Order: sequence, then structure tokens, then C-alpha cells
Amino acid sequence: MTQPSFRGGVGTPMKHDSAHLHVSGEATYTDDILEPRGTLYAALGRSTRPHARIKRLDLTPVLAAPGVVAVATAADVPGENNCGPLVADEPIFTDDLVQFAGQVIFGVAARSMEEARRAARLAVIEYEDLPPVLTIEEALAQQSYVLPTRVMQRGNAREQLAQAPHRLQGTLALGGQDHFYLEGQVSLVTPLEDGTVKVQTSTQNPTEVQHLVAHALGRSAHDVLVECRRMGGGFGGKETQCSPFACAAAVLAHKTGRPVKIRLDRDDDMVMTGKRHDFRNRYDVGFDDRGRILAIEIELASRCGWSADLSGSINDRAMFHSDNCYYLDHVTITSHRCKTNTVSNTAFRGFGGPQGMITIEQVVDEIARYLGKDPLEVRKLNFYGGPGRDLTPYQMPVEDFIMPELITELETTADYHRRRQAIEAFNARSPVLKKGLALTPVKFGISFTATHLNQAGALVHLYNDGSVLLNHGGTEMGQGLFMKVAQVVAEEFQIDVDRIRVTATDTSKVPNTSATAASSGADMNGKAAQAAAQILKDRLVAFAASHFNVAAADVRFTDNQVLVGEQRLGFTELVNLAYHQRISLSAAGYYRTPKIHYDQQTLTGRPFYYFAYGAAVSEVVIDTLAGESKVLRVDILHDAGSSLNPAIDMGQIEGGFVQGMGWLTTEELWWNPAGELKTHAPSTYKIPVAGDLPPVFNARIWQKGRNREESIFRSKAVGEPPFMLANSVFLAIKDAIASLADGRVRVPLNAPATAEEILRAVDAVKDAAGALPAGRNREAEPV
Amino acid sequence: MELSGQTGHPEPDGIRFILDGEVVTVRDCPPTTTVLNYLREHVHRTGTKEGCAEGDCGACTVVLAELDGDRVRYRPINACIRFLPTIDGKALITVESLKAADGTYHPVQQAMMDCHASQCGFCTPGFVMSLFALYKSELPPDRARVSEVLSGNLCRCTGYRPIIDAAQKMHAYPSHATTDPLGLHAPFNAGGVAGEGEQRLRQLLLGIQRHSTLSQQAGAFQYYAPATVAALSSLVAAHPDAYLLAGGTDIGLWVTKQHRDLPTIIYLGNVAELGQMTRSATHLEVSAAVPLSDAFTELAALYPELNDLLSRFASPPIRNSGTLVGNIANGSPIGDSMPALIALGASIILRNGESRRELPLDEFYLAYQKKAWGPGEWIEKVRIPLPVAGRILRSYKISKRFDQDISAVCGAYCLTLDNGQVQDIRICYGGMAATSKRAMHTEAALKGQPWRQETIDAASIQLESDYTPLTDMRAGSDYRRRVAKNLLQRFFLETAAPDVPTSVLSLVGEPS
Repeated sequence: MTQPSFRGGVGTPMKHDSAHLHVSGEATYTDDILEPRGTLYAALGRSTRPHARIKRLDLTPVLAAPGVVAVATAADVPGENNCGPLVADEPIFTDDLVQFAGQVIFGVAARSMEEARRAARLAVIEYEDLPPVLTIEEALAQQSYVLPTRVMQRGNAREQLAQAPHRLQGTLALGGQDHFYLEGQVSLVTPLEDGTVKVQTSTQNPTEVQHLVAHALGRSAHDVLVECRRMGGGFGGKETQCSPFACAAAVLAHKTGRPVKIRLDRDDDMVMTGKRHDFRNRYDVGFDDRGRILAIEIELASRCGWSADLSGSINDRAMFHSDNCYYLDHVTITSHRCKTNTVSNTAFRGFGGPQGMITIEQVVDEIARYLGKDPLEVRKLNFYGGPGRDLTPYQMPVEDFIMPELITELETTADYHRRRQAIEAFNARSPVLKKGLALTPVKFGISFTATHLNQAGALVHLYNDGSVLLNHGGTEMGQGLFMKVAQVVAEEFQIDVDRIRVTATDTSKVPNTSATAASSGADMNGKAAQAAAQILKDRLVAFAASHFNVAAADVRFTDNQVLVGEQRLGFTELVNLAYHQRISLSAAGYYRTPKIHYDQQTLTGRPFYYFAYGAAVSEVVIDTLAGESKVLRVDILHDAGSSLNPAIDMGQIEGGFVQGMGWLTTEELWWNPAGELKTHAPSTYKIPVAGDLPPVFNARIWQKGRNREESIFRSKAVGEPPFMLANSVFLAIKDAIASLADGRVRVPLNAPATAEEILRAVDAVKDAAGALPAGRNREAEPV
Repeated sequence: MELSGQTGHPEPDGIRFILDGEVVTVRDCPPTTTVLNYLREHVHRTGTKEGCAEGDCGACTVVLAELDGDRVRYRPINACIRFLPTIDGKALITVESLKAADGTYHPVQQAMMDCHASQCGFCTPGFVMSLFALYKSELPPDRARVSEVLSGNLCRCTGYRPIIDAAQKMHAYPSHATTDPLGLHAPFNAGGVAGEGEQRLRQLLLGIQRHSTLSQQAGAFQYYAPATVAALSSLVAAHPDAYLLAGGTDIGLWVTKQHRDLPTIIYLGNVAELGQMTRSATHLEVSAAVPLSDAFTELAALYPELNDLLSRFASPPIRNSGTLVGNIANGSPIGDSMPALIALGASIILRNGESRRELPLDEFYLAYQKKAWGPGEWIEKVRIPLPVAGRILRSYKISKRFDQDISAVCGAYCLTLDNGQVQDIRICYGGMAATSKRAMHTEAALKGQPWRQETIDAASIQLESDYTPLTDMRAGSDYRRRVAKNLLQRFFLETAAPDVPTSVLSLVGEPS
């Protein structure tokens, strides 16, 4: 095959479309937009109590503060006082009931940001405290749930557990995670004529902001235009969490008739916005002598916070990933969605998947340690595959299971077995520092589990100078979506990608879009843009065929040109000709993901179009005196299908891994006994820095990758799956701790594995080992 | 009061600094206006971002260029907590300054693009500026140096690998710019003389140096930046309620986070004498305005065993603004310089008008945020004993993250052995009490005893009497107790069995 002579087709490692703007400071984020004349700045008054009735609210001092123009409370909302995305349970300004420390009570608009923020602190609020529910344990005890408990079941796990040759029970607590997008929540709302408004905001979900703002203002969707050129990071944190602030600004803009900008200070942002759900998971597993799982009961309980938000789908996804790569024969998965008086947890890269997946990884690890085997061996033994072993607990056949092949390759390239021995030798001679190693696989389902969200639209204009404008429903949060979709269009027209400009996501250009989430951005918007491009191509082909009197089959786009029979036209030439012959040069494309269906009642179906796969080997060292740990080497092999852009995909793989590593190691959310989050700034909440990058970091895209389904150019979604490659770090830490007792003692390690958590587990293992007669395994019991 | 008398004629009022080759003068600006807000809100120069407004994320990183002998020195700082008047006399370089007028990207920018080192791009200007300062100040760095330089810049997207690659490649990029009036595209020139552009910048800087007090008034707010200790002393006497500002790495947060009014500020950074470090026969003396970065260079040269601690201490932009004396004066119970300084037996010179007194540092901290100084007293310098043969020093910092984090526990140990017996030992912990505090009971249990495991086991029980640590977001009290004990054990192991590896960082680059 000859190399195409146009720039930036599918599969080429193009730079991010805004790279040159990023490095020069010229990329415009919402807060950088030059505000219209008369813009006011908003700040929010928030509760300091986790659960209370507001007895008295006096905003007189706020109104009297310098620079203040207006305040707004629930009474000022002209339409519906709600910003809950699915369930109408989130007031924009709470009326009298406070449900978490950080809930918005009122808004204030002032002539400067500083004046607004100072004034917001001056309100006099008297509370009548109510008993709060703060933890998962408290919620479970009180059966406090935001949504009903779901149970997914196949066979009879309870009965089979009782008959299994071996049985282990345990728990795993998993902490939450703040998104820590570098750009905090920000919206600029400008009132326009006739009751319409323009909302410029940092959002993954312009359509939802549009609807919620319209409802808040008592208007229709066509009265609200939402625009987002780019976000300074999203990670799920701007899927629903941008709306409350856009709505508050819209109410203040409505009240004052002036543009209102709201930009949360970092501390406010971290206190007020939802995070990854923390989970407390239990399992009860039965297995045979080799370590094959015969039956398992898994109970997932997550802290959803005070409102439903997206917790239903997130917990569903946790259930869907409780198998990971392993066939679970008799299985019961129970999911509790706990309601607590804490911030309402939300979407975050992986969307519940990581919390489900790491739990089964923990189970397999425990089985291996119990049997004295290498965990990798037990993992392979339990993989999907073989007769009657291809159905997930939700009855979807796993048809594209490439893990055995992928993992064999990684085992070799990462030199797993030699290193396993070297680590044993190191540990034998090192009394203070201990090393650990783990290889973990990832199988992640791709599609929104709410089936109706799996649709996308795009708009392609060809201007008569041959330049192309592309717009689609996806948002750019750094993941390189705009470039990938542009590459799809470049590929269709066989033109340089530089000829295509992608413009800000805009609800008036493409309507009824889904959030850019679930890793689906390139899959769905790429297909929609391809559809639009193909419509235009078909028109151009038909036109050229008729104009030049050749067969349609003899019109071909290639190398920035169009071959029309024997004739060769420049792309621009053809477009211009078509324009003059009155051919429409604009088209909307649409896509809906095929094959998927899911029954919310029986919890069965095919929620996913396909699975994305990957695996990682991590080696760590821990200090058994202080508990500090360091990742020394990581090898990743990830399946991006036939990659649309290997450079951008590599960015997702490496970045996702490091973010996952942060979740499982240094990133700890800590609430005080009064229910206040005390880790609400980078000084106290520690995401990885450059020095935390594993010093040996070999990430590779699997060269054999090719989507078996007809995804966009056979690529695979790559946004979320790599996050879970970091499970290997957690299990490697566990492996290092286990070495203290030669694997004879169970390791009670929870996540995040901070130095404190590691030392606690180290001491527990040392104590338990000390109590053991030599050479004997401790009885299996819950840890 | 005559504040600008030294040169005989009044110097121009207003804050003056260089921006893109022009002298900018700012008058009537509230003294606590941050450099970041000046850039973004006053002049709509929005390339520099706010990520946290507390100096912890680096999205706001800008570079200050200042005179350094016959050269110019480039240092990254956090614009979000740096007050505008404190850049008087310096050149401010922001991400917008780097692209040449002909459109040529700076080598740092080009390397970042070529390595795919930006995703969402919001942190990118800060990374570019940290790397720009490195590009102008050092030879091509190794990976460890890059990590240290970038320890104050957070990226949530890339996982850092491409940024580190860019940092290691940027020096190799030729500069194609046809115009580079200030020499920003020219890489560091080791040991050489200033190039043409740097000379030009130096001349501009010379033109805005001030030899008298800068004073700014905005409404009820006053700001003074004296140039001499004498002027400083009289200002302190005249304004006993004034806040003394050095690096502002804590005071900045009073403004950005607590929205406090600071009616009168006296800035120490322009007092030349306070920027000095001197070495006597017995002591290193570090004056009040010496930035942490300079103090650490000196300290690490004297005590290489403190390297691990110092590399974990804040980030380069914070170290470039913050001062060692400021860390001491602030006196946080989790400040990381005090344990080592107290273990070493450092003292401070308290100045009041013309009078001075010396106080051992461990006697300075009375209780939480309560210090042994009176009205009008300020710390002129800290005196740090020089190394003594046979004395063993270690300081270990334990935190959730290695870089740019605040200690859960920080322990420091200074031991003198005599024939295997403990002749003298000083132990001090941070994070274990309301102040950095010596472990007096533990020290007593060790003194005169043979330096062996049994002694350590017996003595470390005394840590329970020395400290009653708290539980907070950084660590639980049990953990703090346990780690305090284990760090003493680590210190013992490092002296008794130096071949046993005890630092996880020592294994970097040595995977199995």
C-alpha cells in the first residue's frame, strides 16, 4: 500500500489540535473570555453543617457589602429550582433543608470577584442541626439509600459456596477521588434579547446545561445557547457538576439583567462538587484446589452522598465490572447506593468500573495467596473462555476476549517470571525495604449503559474556498477528541487535516447531544462526522459524475484531489464548482451505536458494544518503617483497537494510569467528624507529580489491536480503560506487604494505600505472622 | 517621615518592572494585588492561569528575572500568591513573552508540542515557564533534576512522561527566531558572559533599580519596601502593627483564601543586607530575606545528608519566594526546617530597633503559634552551626507524597558518639505537637547509653511521654506515634548497619 500524500489521516500521530495554543497561553478557556461590558461576578453562600434546617437566613449584611449588586435565593428562581440531572432532587439554592456541608444556600453578584467572595461570607445563618449520616456503614445500618438496591444473579451462589472445597470472605474499602481538573468550575451567562441567554461554560455536557438552565429560567431549550470551546480538564467532573453553577449564574443574570460570571475558588470547588464514589465491598468466594472460582457473592456499597446524580448508572457499571476478565459461574452481585450527608458523588473516569474491577482482582489475589500460587496463574485459570465460560453475569457473551494473547505478550516483554524471582531474592536480604510485583488485566465495557445516550450528531460545512468546518456534539477536555474526529473527516475527504477547523461545541449547531463521557467521544462523534462527510462526498460524487459525465464509481477522493474519470481536480476546485452549480455543501451526520440493548428490570442484555482490554505489570518498593512506597517500574500493553491517533491514545494510556495510581496511593479524601471535607486544596489533597512517574515506564499500544465490531475505523475507546491498569500498583503493594510473612498471612490493605495505610497493614501482617506457628497458614477469615 | 533620602533625590513612585522589554509603572494599586490578578484582570493577559490560588499547582508560574552580578538570573515563582509591589525592580516574563515576534515558538514550547506534552493545556503555561527558567539557568538536565524542577507543577492529564521528555530535549532545539531582543531563546550559557539580549535586559533592569524605600498607598492600605536595615528598623518602629512580608508564601494565602485586609505591609525583600549569607568559623548565618532556594544550596553543601529532606521541601517556585527565616518566623508545627535546625542547635537573632539578642531556636516556640518575641522584634537572621567531625545528622520527612507536600511527621537527629556511647543527642520532631519540639525524655534515655538496639528499644518508649500527636487530614495520631518511633529506629539502622537500604527513593533506577 502506498502512503497517502495528505496530512493527518486516520492512524497518524497528529498533535493535539490546540497544542500550539496551549504552549503559548493563547488557548481561550471560559475564564479567559473577555467579559461583556457590565459583567458581574458571582459567589455562593454555602452551608457549614452536614444536615440541618435553616432557622434564619439574613442576607442584609451581604447586600450591604461593598460592590454587591444583588443576591439570589430559592425564591428568585423564576422556573424550576432544580439542577439534578436525572432525579429532581438538587435545588440550585436550597430552601430550608441543608443536606451536606457545602450546599448552596444563596448567590451574590458583585462588581468584582473579590467583593462577591467577601460578601458571601457575611450572611447570618442559623441552623437547627439534624443527625447526619456520614459513612457507608452508618447508611447501611439505617438503610439510607438514594436509589433502590440492585441484585444481579446467576445460578445459586449461596448454595454453591457452602459446597465449595475452599471458601474465603473479605472486605475491601476504596476511597473516593477528587477530579482535580486544573481549571475549576466556571460559567459566564449573558442575557440576550427576548429572554434568551448564552452560557459559556466549562462542561462535558452542554445539552444538559442547556436544559437545566432553561428549566431554571422557566424557558424552553431553544432560548438557551450553551457553548464550550475547551475545558481545562474534565474526567467526569464536568458531566453534571458544572450545571449547578451555570444555573446559579443564570438566575443572577436573570435577576440583574447583566452578564454574570461565576468561577469557583479551588477550595469551594473541592468542597462543593462531587467526586469518585468511595466503596466498601464484601465478598464471599468458593473455589477449587487449583483456584478456579466456583461461586461468589459480592456486595458493593457506595457512598453516593446527598442526591442521586448519576449514582444509579455508576453503581450499575460497578456491578458490570465485578467480573473483569473472569468467568463467574454461580454469582450474586448486590449493589447498595448509600445516601449520606456528604457531597453528591458523581462521574469520574471509569464511572464505578474501577471500584468493581479492583474488588474481583482482590478476590483472585486472595485465592492465589491462600493456595500459595502466583496470582497470575490463578488469574489465567479464571479467564473467560472455554466451553460454557463466555457469559458475563449480565448474560452478555464475551466475544472479543483477546486477553490470553495480550497477557502472554506482556508477560514476556515485562520479564515477569524472572523479576518475580529476583524480587523474592531481594526481599530475603532486605529487612526494611520490601518489593512487590503484580500483573493485572483490564476488560472495560464500551457504551453508555443508559442505551438512549448512545447517539451523536455532527455538522460539516464545506466552504467554497475548500476549507472545512467541523462541529460535533463532543466536547474537548484535553483528550484530543477534536483532532481525532478531524482526522476521520480528513480521511473521508483524503485532504490535509489542517484544512479542517473544529469549532466550539454549541447546542445551537448540534442538538440533543450526549455528554462526552463513557469513553465514547471519538467512537460516536467520529461516526457522526464520518456520516456527515459521506453525505457530502456522495453529493459531490453524484455532481461530478453528472457534470463530467462519468460513472459515479469513477469519482475518487485522493491526495487532496478528486479523480473524475481521467481528470484530476483539486478538492477546492471541485467544491467551488459544486457551489456554483448550487449543490448544498453542508450536512448533518448522525450515528447510533448498533447492537446494544439492556433490560433495567432483569439486569440482563448487551449494555456494551464491545470491550476494551489492557494489562499492566507494576513493581513497587515499600518502606516497612514509615509505610512510604515507590513505583519502580511499570509495563503496559493496551488495546486501542486500530488506533485513530497513537500519540493521543498513548497520552490517554499513560495519563489514565498515573491518575489511577494516584487514586490508589496518595489521593486521600478526609472528612472530619463534623462531616466537613478537610482535604480541599492541593496543599492537602495530593495528586501525582512528575517525580511520581514510575522511573521505568514502558507503555505500548497493542500492535495487533483491531476492533471486531465496526467501530470508527476499527479503533477502540481509550479514555477510561487505562485508568484501571493502575490496579497493578495496589496489588503490587499488597504483594510487598505479604512478603513480610512469606504470603502466609492475609494482607488487610485498603485503598488508598497511603504511607499510613501501608504501615497499618505491615504491622497487622507482622503481628499475625508473629502469632503463627512456623510454616502454617492462618485460618481464612474475614479481614 | 523621610523614606527616600539615601540618594538625595526622590525616586519615582509607583511599582516599576520590565515586561516584554518595556518599563511598566503601576500606581494606586492595592498592595496585596497578586501578580496573577494584575495579569489576568488588570491587563487581560490571560495565558497565566489560576489553578489553586495557594502556590501548590503551578498553573500560575511566571518567571522573574533579576540582576545577579553581571548576569541576569531567572527564577520561577507562583504569581497567584506574589504581591505585585514585590516585583519592583525585576523583569516579569510570562508565557506570552516567549513566542518570538516572527511567530517562532520558543524551544521549550516547540519541544512541548513535539512531545505531545499538553492535553487539556490548562497547566501547560506553568510548565512552560518552569522549564523556561531551567532552560535559561542550567545545562540539559537529567531526569531527577527535571522532576525536582517540576515538583510545583501539577498536570492531571498527561502522567508527565511527555513533559519530562520535552524538558530533556528542549536544549537540543536550535533557535530560529529572527528577533529575540532579550535573548529569551538563547539557552543557558555555562560560565560564559551574558549574550546581547541578556545584556539588554540587564541594562533595562539597571534602569529601574531603587535605592530608597518604595512606598505605596491605596486607600487605607500602605506598603513599604525599604532598601536598608536602618530604614526597615525605623519603619517597624513607626508601624508596630505592620505585617513583615518576606516571601509571602503564607501571607499570600491570607489574602487569596481568607480575604483578610493587611493595612500595613513592610517588605523585607529589597533590603540588600537581609539578602546575605555569611559563614563564620562556627556558623552559617542566613539573613531574613534569603530565599529558601539559596539557603538550601548552602545548607546542602554543608550537610549533604540533608539532601533528601531539602529536595522534599516545597517546590522551586515556593523556594524562590519563601525564605528560611520566614519558615522559622511562621513557626508552623509542620514547618520542615525547624526539626533539623533545632537538632543542630541553631539560634536566631532577634532585632528590635538597634538592639539584638540571640535565642536558641528551640526556646523560640512556646505553644501553638506563640513565640518568645516581644513587640517590635523581628528575626534578622538564623545562625546554623557548621558541621563537626563525628557528629551524625539525619532528618526524615514523611508525607503522603514525596514532593511538595506537608509533613505528617518530620524527625531530625543529631548524634555524637564516644566509644560507642551516646555522648550527646538532640532529637526534634515536627508534626507531633503544637510546635516543632525536642524529645527531651527520649534524649535523656539515650544519653550516656551504648548505641545499640536495646537502648533504642528502651528509649523509644519515652517518645510516648514526649508527644501526644493529633489526628488530622495528614495522618492519624497512632500513625504519627508509630512513625516517630520507627524513624528513630531508621536513624539507628543507618548508623549501625549502613549497608541496609532504608530509603525507597534509593531504589529508583533499580527495578528487579
